Amino acid sequence: MSILIDRNTPVIVQGITGKMARFHTTDMVNYGTNVVGGVVPGKGGMEVEGLPVFDTVADAVEATGAEASLVFVPPPFAADSIMEAADAGIKYCVCITDGIPAQDMIQVKRYMYRYPKEKRMVLTGPNCAGTISPGKALLGIMPGHIYLQGNVGIVGRSGTLGYEAAAQLKAHGIGVSTSVGIGGDPINGSSFKDILQRFEDDDDTHVICMIGEIGGPQEAEAAAYIKDHVKKPVVAYVAGLTAPKGRTMGHAGAIISAFGESASEKVEILSAAGVTVAPNPAVIGDTIAKVMQKAA
Amino acid sequence: MDIHEYQAKEILSKFGVGVPPGALAYSPEQAAYRARELGGDTWVVKAQVHAGGRGKAGGVKVCHSDTEIVETCENLFGSKLVTHQTDSNGKGVYRVYVEGGVPIDREIYLGFVLDRSSQRVMIVASAEGGMDIEDISAEKPESIVRSTVEPAVGLQDFQCRQIAFKLGIDPALTQSMVRTLQGCYKAFREHDATMVEINPLVVTGDSRILALDAKMTFDDNALFKNPHISELRDKSQEDPRESRAADRGLSYVGLEGNIGCIVNGAGLAMATMDTIKLAGGEPANFLDIGGGATPERVAKAFRLVMSDDNVQAVLVNIFAGINRCDWVAEGVVQALREVEVNVPVIVRLAGTNVEEGQKILAKSGLPIIRATTLMEAAERSVEAWQSDSNREPNLRAIK
Repeated sequence: MSILIDRNTPVIVQGITGKMARFHTTDMVNYGTNVVGGVVPGKGGMEVEGLPVFDTVADAVEATGAEASLVFVPPPFAADSIMEAADAGIKYCVCITDGIPAQDMIQVKRYMYRYPKEKRMVLTGPNCAGTISPGKALLGIMPGHIYLQGNVGIVGRSGTLGYEAAAQLKAHGIGVSTSVGIGGDPINGSSFKDILQRFEDDDDTHVICMIGEIGGPQEAEAAAYIKDHVKKPVVAYVAGLTAPKGRTMGHAGAIISAFGESASEKVEILSAAGVTVAPNPAVIGDTIAKVMQKAA
Repeated sequence: MDIHEYQAKEILSKFGVGVPPGALAYSPEQAAYRARELGGDTWVVKAQVHAGGRGKAGGVKVCHSDTEIVETCENLFGSKLVTHQTDSNGKGVYRVYVEGGVPIDREIYLGFVLDRSSQRVMIVASAEGGMDIEDISAEKPESIVRSTVEPAVGLQDFQCRQIAFKLGIDPALTQSMVRTLQGCYKAFREHDATMVEINPLVVTGDSRILALDAKMTFDDNALFKNPHISELRDKSQEDPRESRAADRGLSYVGLEGNIGCIVNGAGLAMATMDTIKLAGGEPANFLDIGGGATPERVAKAFRLVMSDDNVQAVLVNIFAGINRCDWVAEGVVQALREVEVNVPVIVRLAGTNVEEGQKILAKSGLPIIRATTLMEAAERSVEAWQSDSNREPNLRAIK
């Protein structure tokens, strides 16, 4: 097993006619993802990369049985698209779009809570690289070839830093069960804690790698959760040791505004919860390799 | 995006928040004239800069005469105000706001923020007005009143009353407090703010509730919905390099070190800076060049990084996922031929087509220092910077 997506998950792409969406759709199909169609309002009946396009997510779900969706819709319309997916019965949605207004995301999250927990869509992102279960399925924009199939679950905010970790693991011959990007925005669909919970329950995941950064309370919340609920070894790295307070570092959410939000405070909180913290980004792979040896 | 106090007050007053009478001035004479127009015998002259802590830094002065106003303004205009919220360069003062003096009975802290824990808008208030919220939460955490807004229905009057009672506001002023809180929330919501801070909100001697100071920050991602807010942008308050970067679609933050960084991805950019520090250097900047690292983008990035005179080495760290390293390498070579870069350049490429990328760098004949891992790249950069600064200590300064 892997978490969130596997070989059989039927996937649709919202905004599939865009240039980037087409490119990545082809990439996902080549990787082996079960992409079954796309949605663009007003373009129902078209075909893109050999896939049927529907006017609404509801139509797509009815015709294809889609369970997961990838949102590539431009920022002004992305929040609406996520809510449409939630309403149409999509179980898992990844939103790649960068630049969605924070208050739009507040509305999205509130809207998702209309549904009882067992029917509620899981959202990761926005502003993330997506999710990959290596060797099975890719729902996002990450380069598939840098991931080996294996037993490390990766969860992180940053796309390229996640690639860095996967590549370091590959150099050690270590593979990944699933890698999940939760995105760099202040209001996001799933937190570290939400994904950690899934990795803890996943038989294929033996070690969890958590890649955090400055800003926001989610690393500290994850630490509290790990302390009480996670039995699997967790290795973490927190980016932004050199970031000054009060300045946004690229990601809309990467800004230190309260206690516990700087990199050094997060490292301290995670260490206290029993997490092995990689002291620098160059040794994420080494640290995981050591933890795995000790566990074996 | 930040705006000035006078702009925030103008917005808030449109939503029913009380503010003292005031007027903007661009010169000392205009300030004195504005004061006469306002009437009275006490005025507060306030430097308009995008930073808090102006009072302690000498940016806010109480004046009692024309001459005093002119004198105060002559000192303020054109000066750089350094507060605990600015860097050592401070922020330039080009506008002052003149306000009529107000008899203050008590001061309250009021803030509206995007709370990332509840993922909702949160109201934070304290009876300890005038102090920084950081200091209040450190010294008097029990004085802080919090309330989150349910996004589906918005802020409710009962929540506002609760806050008013907890702050111990005179019951006769409850309605006025409700109006103030509702006004702030509506302004926050309608203009996609990420922060509204009124510190202090005051109860006056004649029982009015007024915002004596006001700060608003807006969500950059929502400016497309709020063109009238974008128009309030004041570039004189921004780091010129950051403005230039923003205009070119690059995400740049200037720092005080001397190793320039060009990286794709915000997380990797922060990680690269951290690694430089670990290797014994200091990063000169944060720079995320984003997804498509085209030759033009890389060239723009080099120009931007080299515009910082402190830069004595440049580290390029690209993890090509969707990009290809050979393509990025061509971009670096082209940039180095177009842009005058007279400091050592260290390039670390990883990901798709890395061998082809390395070949292109080697074949170019340019003095590029290559590295394969992140740590190696950082170490090489620090070494290069150290040997470079030993050899020609003031080369760049003389030019």
